[in-house]
Amino acid sequence: MELQNRVAIVTGASGGIGSATARELAEAGTRLVLAYHHGGERAEALAAEIRARGGECTVAQADVSTKEGAGILAKTAVEAYGGIDILVNNAGVTRDGLFLRMKEEDWDQVIDTNLKSVFLCSQAASKYLMRSAYGRIINIGSVVGLTGNAGQANYVAAKAGLVGLTKTLARELAARKVTVNVIAPGYITTRMTESIAPELSEKMAEQIPLGRLGQPGDVAALIRFLAGDRASYITGQVLQVDGGLVM
Amino acid sequence: MSDVFERVKRIVVDRLGVEESQVALNASFKDDLGADSLDVVELVMELEDEFDLEISDEDAEKITTVGDVVQYIQSRE
Repeated sequence: MELQNRVAIVTGASGGIGSATARELAEAGTRLVLAYHHGGERAEALAAEIRARGGECTVAQADVSTKEGAGILAKTAVEAYGGIDILVNNAGVTRDGLFLRMKEEDWDQVIDTNLKSVFLCSQAASKYLMRSAYGRIINIGSVVGLTGNAGQANYVAAKAGLVGLTKTLARELAARKVTVNVIAPGYITTRMTESIAPELSEKMAEQIPLGRLGQPGDVAALIRFLAGDRASYITGQVLQVDGGLVM
Repeated sequence: MSDVFERVKRIVVDRLGVEESQVALNASFKDDLGADSLDVVELVMELEDEFDLEISDEDAEKITTVGDVVQYIQSRE
């Protein structure tokens, strides 16, 4: 297996893209820390499924928007598996609303969970990523971070900020062979997007050249590739998985 | 004195991949031990863990030799 004995942390592991990613990475042979904040039952069920297939994983609850939470994840990985090779910053929330009416707390919460968390978790993990002389940081952005999106000023700002953060980390950590990239999914069918009305989903699908919404597995497949040896020359990039929605 | 020096020496040898004999008190991390700026940051983080203390960026900037580190840690203990 291409990632045998590598250690990966996946944040937001109880969500759609997070759980698909965990399954892919487990299949590739990584030992996993499945991090969740809410949704412990889903995280535990995922862990049981991975173990039943012969994978190794540890579940950890943490609020990744705090330094303490980020520290818990790094510590869990190091104590359980001796280091960290791969960090997938996937945790995210939305608090949509028109900019004119957006509450300050909704702004703060989305920025903290989607952007500050990446700063904190990457910082907590970097010492180990650098030491492993392998290191992969894979950040989950969004195509709306490139295009803007009405009703998502907070989310878009966080996802656009993630692009700049990623490019900067890519430069700073390159000397230790740590690669840092953003994956920008388009419309992916997850709990985050299932609140979108069906007729709107159909309209969205019509705008996508490939004619369908994406699945979490479409994103997870790219994460698995980026986590692997063969992606060692890719860093500082924004890779879109969006069916051609944004070109 | 000797104990702190020995512990620092072990970390420096481990992190920078240099010979123990090179790690003299007057050895400069950058000039004598071939450390780049990332190495120094890593070294500072390692020292923080080893000696259970927090080294501010301001203090970290003043550290250029092995002796500086030993002296700094002793002043904090």
